[in-house]
Amino acid sequence: MFGFIGSRLLQAIPVLLVVGFIAFALFDYVGDPVSILAGQDATAAQRLALSHDLGLDQPFFVQYGRFLWTALHGNFGNSYRVAQPVASLLAERLPATLELAITASVLAFAIGVPMGVYTGIHRDSFLSRLMMAGSLIGVSLPTFLLGILLILAFSVGLGWLPSFGRGPVVHVGSWWTTGFTSWAGIRSLILPAITLGMFQMTLIMRLVRAEMLEVLRTDYIKFARARGLTDRSINFGHALKNTLVPVITIIGLQFGGIVAFSLVTETVFQWPGMGLLLVQSVAVADIPVMSAYLLLIALVFVLINLIVDLLYYAVDPRLRARR
Amino acid sequence: MLTRAWNSDLAYNFRTSPVAVASAALALILLIAATFAPWLAPHNPMDVASLSLMDSFKPPLGMADADWSNPLGTDNQGRDVLSAIMYGMRISLLVGFLSVLFAIVVGIAIGLLAGYAGGITDTMLMRVADVQLTFPSILTALLVDGVISAALPHTMREALQIYVIIFAIGISLWPNFARTVRGSTLVERNKDYVMAARVIGVPSWRIMLSHVLPNVIGPVMVIGTLGLGLAIIAEATLSFLGVGLPPTQPSLGTLIRFGDDFLFSGEWWVTVFPGLTLILMVLAINLLGDWLRDALNPRLR
Amino acid sequence: MALLDVVDLTVEFPTRRGVLRALDRVSFSIDAGEILGVVGESGAGKSLTGAAIVGLLERPGRIAGGQILFEGKRIDTLSAEPLRRIRGRRIGMIFQDPLTTLNPLYTIGRQLTETMQTHMRLSDSEARAKAIGWLDRVGIPAAAHRIDAYPHEFSGGQRQRVVIALALCADPVLVIADEPTTALDVSIQAQIITLLKDLTRDHGTAVMLITHDMGVIAETADRVAVMYAGRIAEIGPVAAVIRHPAHPYSDGLMASIPSLEHRVDRLRQIDGAMPRLDAIPNGCRFNPRCPRVFDRCTTEQPELLDAGATRAACWLHAHD
Repeated sequence: MFGFIGSRLLQAIPVLLVVGFIAFALFDYVGDPVSILAGQDATAAQRLALSHDLGLDQPFFVQYGRFLWTALHGNFGNSYRVAQPVASLLAERLPATLELAITASVLAFAIGVPMGVYTGIHRDSFLSRLMMAGSLIGVSLPTFLLGILLILAFSVGLGWLPSFGRGPVVHVGSWWTTGFTSWAGIRSLILPAITLGMFQMTLIMRLVRAEMLEVLRTDYIKFARARGLTDRSINFGHALKNTLVPVITIIGLQFGGIVAFSLVTETVFQWPGMGLLLVQSVAVADIPVMSAYLLLIALVFVLINLIVDLLYYAVDPRLRARR
Repeated sequence: MLTRAWNSDLAYNFRTSPVAVASAALALILLIAATFAPWLAPHNPMDVASLSLMDSFKPPLGMADADWSNPLGTDNQGRDVLSAIMYGMRISLLVGFLSVLFAIVVGIAIGLLAGYAGGITDTMLMRVADVQLTFPSILTALLVDGVISAALPHTMREALQIYVIIFAIGISLWPNFARTVRGSTLVERNKDYVMAARVIGVPSWRIMLSHVLPNVIGPVMVIGTLGLGLAIIAEATLSFLGVGLPPTQPSLGTLIRFGDDFLFSGEWWVTVFPGLTLILMVLAINLLGDWLRDALNPRLR
Repeated sequence: MALLDVVDLTVEFPTRRGVLRALDRVSFSIDAGEILGVVGESGAGKSLTGAAIVGLLERPGRIAGGQILFEGKRIDTLSAEPLRRIRGRRIGMIFQDPLTTLNPLYTIGRQLTETMQTHMRLSDSEARAKAIGWLDRVGIPAAAHRIDAYPHEFSGGQRQRVVIALALCADPVLVIADEPTTALDVSIQAQIITLLKDLTRDHGTAVMLITHDMGVIAETADRVAVMYAGRIAEIGPVAAVIRHPAHPYSDGLMASIPSLEHRVDRLRQIDGAMPRLDAIPNGCRFNPRCPRVFDRCTTEQPELLDAGATRAACWLHAHD
């Protein structure tokens, strides 16, 4: 088993290196850090000095090496826009994004899976057709539009829920902040979480349904029926178990999508997370933030892929048999 | 030949599926409205001279103070929402089509190459595709957009923005096409007629283009249709985020962004109507794509 | 009273091109403890008959006529729950491909105990003991150890033994075996057939053995029904059908089997192919290929007629 993890980790390293390279290339070659940092009125001598300070007159690979080295130490340089260290900016925003992403994922899973199972078992019922029609609209609805419509309905129209910001937060530990401790904090989370989770949920529902339909057509389900097993044990025992194996892994991979889609949701709701930070950075070509974000996201994805692979390994006995 | 097409399985399937016909009709209506907007639209929202602040914030029909000259109301500068939507659809559809076209061309090229050449070329190309696929396309599009915009000198930025967007979205979508084409190529490559052609000495590129390509068109069309929906949503999202098209060529996404500011002051129509149009457009495309996929799926026949 | 009585069973498939009749008034019976072979080419309708009996026809297929009587009572009109209770408990089924018939995520022990506990009141330990007993009886070595193994840890032949155990563990009185040896190596086939024969004889279980392999039928069955294009062409005791086939189709089948005793220059074959379901000929379905066809064959469809030791659906045996 350790061979398995080891080989996966080894495959991950080149990916990270490539992404790191791209991130660095961004940092160094796109835009002109010197003129941005020095300002418009700097003299040629000042620019030269700055260039030297930033190490821009060193050969390419030396700069790349320095970049990686400082990055490994958590130093990504300073943001062009707000002159704060990028690392601390990201750290500040991370809890907000993670809380939102996790809540949205849990919602999507908790609603999507049962709906998928139901429409898989009762293919042609009225409720199933309704759910499938709804899911089609869900897929056609861009996330930001859903957010706006929800705001229109629940904030402007009914005035039940807040439409922007995170509400009161409480500090936990050295740098984490959470909104879960107060009712107001949770209220602020509801609309964004639904918005973010909706796309996921429709995807999960359609996936689970498709898998269920496939599984229900297999020979072993036919044999289970021929043995007179109850519908309940066929649907929720045999079929569901076989359905969830591929589904869980795909959901895990999708989690990365949620983290990325959060940038749209955060923009609509002005949620102070990493996504909003990225959007603000792209708008002004704040390269340090962009490249750090890229690296961080790559790391997150690699980690998620690894966890998913491990999950697959744990759940499917056939994989464990192969040595 | 036309009767043969009419009686073919695909056409029969289409004719008898109310969903397919309805969504195709809807898509057609929207397409016509968009293409002929300059002639069909009641007003020209780009023409600054025709605007009057007196007309600003007129509500849509059904509410007080509305009238037929602006059936969907006007925005803060007096622009007619209906006309803005029609012009906006043009841009949205144009960018969507071109991005998907770009993705298809690149995807087919890389897919054919990977599938036919095999070996290390195949592995490397597919690795790149796989890595890119683990990132959501919107993120890729956003970063590509940001990077290129930053790289361009200020003066050219606005003029080239639309091409940058098309490129960015296209780049974010190519792996889907490449993988499918590669899969089909691998299947076809091992078939006897390809081997026969090679034995005769037909050059590889010709085999790829004239033999493999036609067999691959089906799945490409399905992914293309669904990809069109994705591309349109991607463009709308980018425009909404403010990193998309410049305000002088507003797409539906840009219109929604404009209107977002007025939600709380009660002028909801400026954002909602473009939004509904976007949903309808993508819905029609997705329905068609779904139908196409089911119709072409050999297993369901 | 026969254990299973199938009377005029008709199965149809509504399709875009019209309604296809896959089984046309099929009638036969099986007595307690006897082994009936059902033989025929692919597509003749053998598997469909088995599926129809236990109500497992795949959509859009449906029973369009006839009756199925089990132990004297109709089962084709039963609702889902009573039918479910018959399946496994009174009528067992064995399918063709042992590699796909077992759920890969459950241990074989779990699949056995689950089946038994669904139909009989057993405690967990009792069920487990019985499961080990069954594995032993079907010839799985080290049964007590292997009971917690997953299907992929067994070979094809062993998996089929497990399938047999699963079909018999709830003690049914009739087993429908649908091509039980087709997917196995020839060397394993004989073992599996012998196993099936022994077990069913010991328990007095009747068997409907569906196969296209005449050799298996000759070795195993008491009676045999020859199916062609959705109808029964001939039915009777095995020895009689093999040695003195009364229907030209059965005659062709028997003759096309290579014999160890006679040398021939060419293997005899039946010209043509079985008709497609949407192109069934008028009259007797076999008439385009029949070497002894005459006028009546092309216009009227024969029912099963007395032909000495067997019954054959052929106008050659009309006595009027």
